[in-house]
Amino acid sequence: MSGALPFSLRLLARDWRAGELRVVLIALVIAVASVSAVGFAADRVHQALRQQGNELLGADLVVLSDQGPPRYAERAQRLNLRHAPTMSFVSMALAGDASQLAEVKAVSEHYPLRGELSIARELFGAEQRIRAIPAPGTVWADARLLQQLKLKTGDTLTLGAAQFTLAALLTHEPDRASDVFSIAPRLLMNLDDVPATGLVQTGSRIRYRLLVAGEAEKVRQFHAAVENSLQPGERLETVEDARPEVRSALERAERFLGLAALVSVLLAGAAVATAARRYSARHLDTCAMLRCLGAPQAFISRSFFYQMLWLGAAAGVLGCAVGYAAHNLLTDLLGRLIAAPLPPPSALPALSGFAVGLVTLLGFALPPLLALKNVPALRVLRRELGLPVRGLTARLAGIVLLGGLIIWQAGDFKLGVTIAAGALGALAVLAFTAWLLVRGLARLRSRVGVAWRFGLANIVRRPVNSVTQILAFGIGIMALLLLTLVRGDLLASWQESVPADAPNRFIINIQPQQLPALRDFFTQQAVPAPEFYPMVRGRLMSINGKPVSPADYQDERAARLIEREFNLSWMEHLPQDNRIIAGAWRHENAAGQLSVEDGIAATLGIKLGDVLSFNIAGETFTANVTSLREVDWDSFRVNFFVIAAPGALEDYPASYITSFYLPERRQTLLIALVKSFPNLTVIDVAVVMTQVRAIIERITLAVEYVFGFTLLAGLVVLYAALQATRDERLQDTALLRTLGASRRQLVAGLAAEFLLLGSLAGLMAALAASALGYLLAGYVLHLPYVFNVWIWLAGLLAGGIGVAAAGVLGLLPTVRHPPLTTLRNA
Amino acid sequence: MQVQGLNKQVTGPEGVLTLLQDITFNVMPGEACAVLGASGSGKTTLLGLLAGLDAPSGGRVLLEGRDLFALDEDGRAALRGRMIGFVFQTFQLLPSLTAFENVMLPLELAGHSARQARAQAGEVLERVGLAHRLRHYPRQLSGGEQQRVAIARAFAPQPILLLADEPTGNLDQATGARIGDLLFELNRERDSTLIMVTHDEALAQRCGRRLKLDAGRLAG
Repeated sequence: MSGALPFSLRLLARDWRAGELRVVLIALVIAVASVSAVGFAADRVHQALRQQGNELLGADLVVLSDQGPPRYAERAQRLNLRHAPTMSFVSMALAGDASQLAEVKAVSEHYPLRGELSIARELFGAEQRIRAIPAPGTVWADARLLQQLKLKTGDTLTLGAAQFTLAALLTHEPDRASDVFSIAPRLLMNLDDVPATGLVQTGSRIRYRLLVAGEAEKVRQFHAAVENSLQPGERLETVEDARPEVRSALERAERFLGLAALVSVLLAGAAVATAARRYSARHLDTCAMLRCLGAPQAFISRSFFYQMLWLGAAAGVLGCAVGYAAHNLLTDLLGRLIAAPLPPPSALPALSGFAVGLVTLLGFALPPLLALKNVPALRVLRRELGLPVRGLTARLAGIVLLGGLIIWQAGDFKLGVTIAAGALGALAVLAFTAWLLVRGLARLRSRVGVAWRFGLANIVRRPVNSVTQILAFGIGIMALLLLTLVRGDLLASWQESVPADAPNRFIINIQPQQLPALRDFFTQQAVPAPEFYPMVRGRLMSINGKPVSPADYQDERAARLIEREFNLSWMEHLPQDNRIIAGAWRHENAAGQLSVEDGIAATLGIKLGDVLSFNIAGETFTANVTSLREVDWDSFRVNFFVIAAPGALEDYPASYITSFYLPERRQTLLIALVKSFPNLTVIDVAVVMTQVRAIIERITLAVEYVFGFTLLAGLVVLYAALQATRDERLQDTALLRTLGASRRQLVAGLAAEFLLLGSLAGLMAALAASALGYLLAGYVLHLPYVFNVWIWLAGLLAGGIGVAAAGVLGLLPTVRHPPLTTLRNA
Repeated sequence: MQVQGLNKQVTGPEGVLTLLQDITFNVMPGEACAVLGASGSGKTTLLGLLAGLDAPSGGRVLLEGRDLFALDEDGRAALRGRMIGFVFQTFQLLPSLTAFENVMLPLELAGHSARQARAQAGEVLERVGLAHRLRHYPRQLSGGEQQRVAIARAFAPQPILLLADEPTGNLDQATGARIGDLLFELNRERDSTLIMVTHDEALAQRCGRRLKLDAGRLAG
C-alpha cells in the first residue's frame, strides 16, 4: 500500500482538530524552547569570541608574563610588527577620605593595537571613541571607581606615591576582563607613570603583556619564533584561544544551563509519553479497522511515524522561535563575559533544539504508537483484544534516549555518564519513594470522608500516572526550593561560619623594611599589631626530579596552579586553624622541610616524602615534604599552601602579608594606613563576599529563568495526565451526579485528589532539595547544614495549593458536562 | 410520579430532532412499570428526564408533588440522592472503589455519618448475598455480582423510586433471571416504585404496568 505519506497528513489534520496532539506539541515546544534558548545565548558569545577574537585580545597576539616585561619587543620590531607593552596589577586608589581597590592597567602608546577605547568626559556623558591613551600624569577610570571615590573628571586621585588628574571616564576597553571576573573597578594609566607610583616592588603580583599586531604572515613568524623561547611564567595568547578565562566560564555556564534545560526535556518527555499512551489507546479501533480493511502492518507503523515527524518538525520550528524570543535574558548574563557587542546567533542552536525535540518525541511517543501495528483485526469484534503498551516499559526507550542527551550536553563522556547515571538513579529512588507514598495512601481511605476517599481512590487507582505526576511536580518545586530557600540557607550559613571577629582586611605587598613602621602605626592607632607573614613567590618546577608542566594535568585547577607562582612562607610554629594529618611539623636538625596543604597535595599528586623544586627569582630551591596539613580556609586568616622551616628561604626576596579585624567604626584607619604606606594593597573581605554574592545572584537568575521552562513543562505533565484520565473522570462524574452528588461534593473530591497529589510532590521536592542542600553543604562547601523546616512547609504549600488549583480548574468542565450524555456513551 | 406533556428536542446537523413528544402518565406508589420500545424510540431519554439528569424542552415531572425542573442542578442531585435509586445496563460501578465503598457512596453523598453509612451498606450487601465480597473491586467481580452491588447501591439510601435501564441487558439468561428476581423482591420489601426500561419480555411481564414508546410517542 503506497499512500502512508498522504494518509499520515490526513491523520495529523484530523487528530489536530480533535485536539489530541496539542499536549504533545506544547510539551515539545517547551523542550525545544528551553534547549534552544540556552543554545542561542551561548552561540552568540561563541561567535563573538570567534569573529572578534583579535579585538577581545586588543592585538593579534599577546605574550603574557608574570616575571617581568617580555623581552620580545625587539623581535617584533625586526619583523615590522606593531607592539605595545602593558602592565596590570591591583592597588589602592585614594581620593580625599575615600580609598578603593582598583584594577590598574598601565598602557603604552598605540594601545590597543586592535579595537578601540571609548571614553566620556563626565559620568553619563556622551561616549566617544578615541585613538589615544591617558597622557602622562592623567588617568581614566570606569564609572564604578568614580562613584565609589565620589570623583568627577578634573579631580585628583592618589595611586601609590604619585598623584594623577582624572581626565576621563573609561567606557569601553576591548580586552577588558568582564565584570564577572573582576573584583575591582578599572583604572587606566600611562605606562611611563608607573615608576613614580613606587608600586612595583618585591612580591607585587604584576601581569605583563606584550601586544603584537601586523601582517598575518609576520605574526605567524613571530609566533613560531617566540613559542620556542618562552621562559617559565610566560605564555602566548592567540586569536584562536583568546580569553581562555571567558571560554572556560562560557563552557561551564553553557554546560550547566544546558543540563538545567534538560530537566524541562525530561518533564516534556513524561507529558509526551502520557499523551501518547492515551492517543494510542484511542486509535486502537481505527487501527483494528484499518487492518480489517487490509492495511499491512508496515502501512500503519509508517503512517504514525510520518505523523510524528510532521509534529516534531512543527514543534521544532515553534520551539526555536520561542527559544529565540526567550534567549535575551540569558544573553544578558552570558554577554557580560565579554565587552564586545554580540553578533546574531547562527542556525546551529536551532538545529540542536530541533534534534532534541525529535529525539524526545520519538523516544517517548513512538513505542506506544508503533505497537499499534500489532492490534489484531479481530478487535473489531472483540474489543478487549490488543490493549495499549502499559506504563514504564513504554517509557524505557525515552529514558535511554534522555541519558544519551545528557551525555551529549555534558560534552564529556565520563562526566555525562556520571551525571546521567546520577540523574536516572535519583529519579528511580524518587519514583520508588513516590510509589511507596501512593501505596501508603491506600491504607488511609477507610478513615476519611467521602470526598477524600474518592480523591485517594483516584490516586491509588492509577499508580503509574500518579507517580509520574508526583515526580513532574516534585522536580519543578524542587528546582524552586533549591534556588530560593536552600540557596539562601547556604549563603547564610557560609556567612555565619565566619566568626564575628574574624579578620576582615588583608594587607599585601608589605616590604620587609616597612615592618617596624607598620607595627608602630598599629600601636599608635591602638589596634593590636597583627602577625606579619613573610611570603616568597616561587614556581613549582619538579616533583621528585620530574619536571611538571600544566599539560601534565587533566584537572583545570591543577594546571592553573602549576602555571602561576606559589606563595611560600616560613614560620616556626604551626599556624592556628592548621592541623597536621601526615608526617610531623618539624624534624630536628633536618634542612629543607616543607609542609604542604593536603588539598593542593591531592590536586597536584604530591605525597609525603616527595622532593619539590621551586624556581624562586631565577634560583632553584629544593626541599622535602615532611608533613601534610589540613587548613580551615573559612577562618579568613592568612594561610599558605606551602610552608618551609625557618632558615631555608630567608635569603630570597620576600614581601609580607597580614590580616586583621577592623571594626566598622575604625574605617578611617585605612585612609591613614594607605596614606602612610601608599604601596600597600588592602583587600576588604566584605567587598569580596559581596562580589561573590552578586555573581551567585546573577547565575541563579539565569538558572531560575531556565527552570521557568521546567515549571511550564510540569504544568503540561499535569495537563497531559488530566487529558489522559478525562474519559474516566467524565464517567465517574456523571455517575456521581446520578447518585446525588452536588457540584460542591464533586469539586471537593477533585480538590482532595490534587491536594494530596500536590502535597506528595511537595514532600518529595522538599526531601530532594534538603538532600541536595545537605550534600552541597557537606561535600562541596564544607559548611554545617542547618535543617530548615520552611523548606518542607513551602514545598507542601506550593505543591498542595498549586496542584490543587491547577487540577480543579483543569477538570471543572467535566463537572459541568451533562451526565446523561456520558452515561449513554458508556 | 406525574409526567405531564413532556417534550424533548435536540438540534443536530440536520435540523431539529424530536426525541420525545407529549408524554403524559402517572405512576402510583408501589407500582412496577416497564417502558418498552424499539432502539431509538426514546426510552433512555425518558428515563434520563424522569431522573432529572437532563432538562426537557417542555412539560413537567412531579415527584411527590414537587416539580423536578423547578429545582437547579444541585437541587435535583440532592433530590436524586434522597429519593431515587438507579440500576444501569452496564452496572456503572466506580472502578476505584471497593464493592462496600461503592454502596456507601450515595449514603455519604446524602450526608449520612460514616458509621451509619457503613451499617446500612453492610446490611444491604448482605441482603443481596455479597457479604463475603465487600473488599473486592468491581474488576474482581463477575457481571452478575457487579449488578448485585449496583442493586445494593440503588437500594441503600431507601429511595421511593427506583429507575432501571436494561438491568439484565448485559447478563446471560440465568443470571439475568436471578437479578430480576432480586430487583422485584427488594422493590416489594422496601415498598418502592419501580420504573424499568427493558427489552426483556419476561421481565416486562412481571411489571404491573407497561408503557410502550414508538418514535418518541407513547403508544397504546
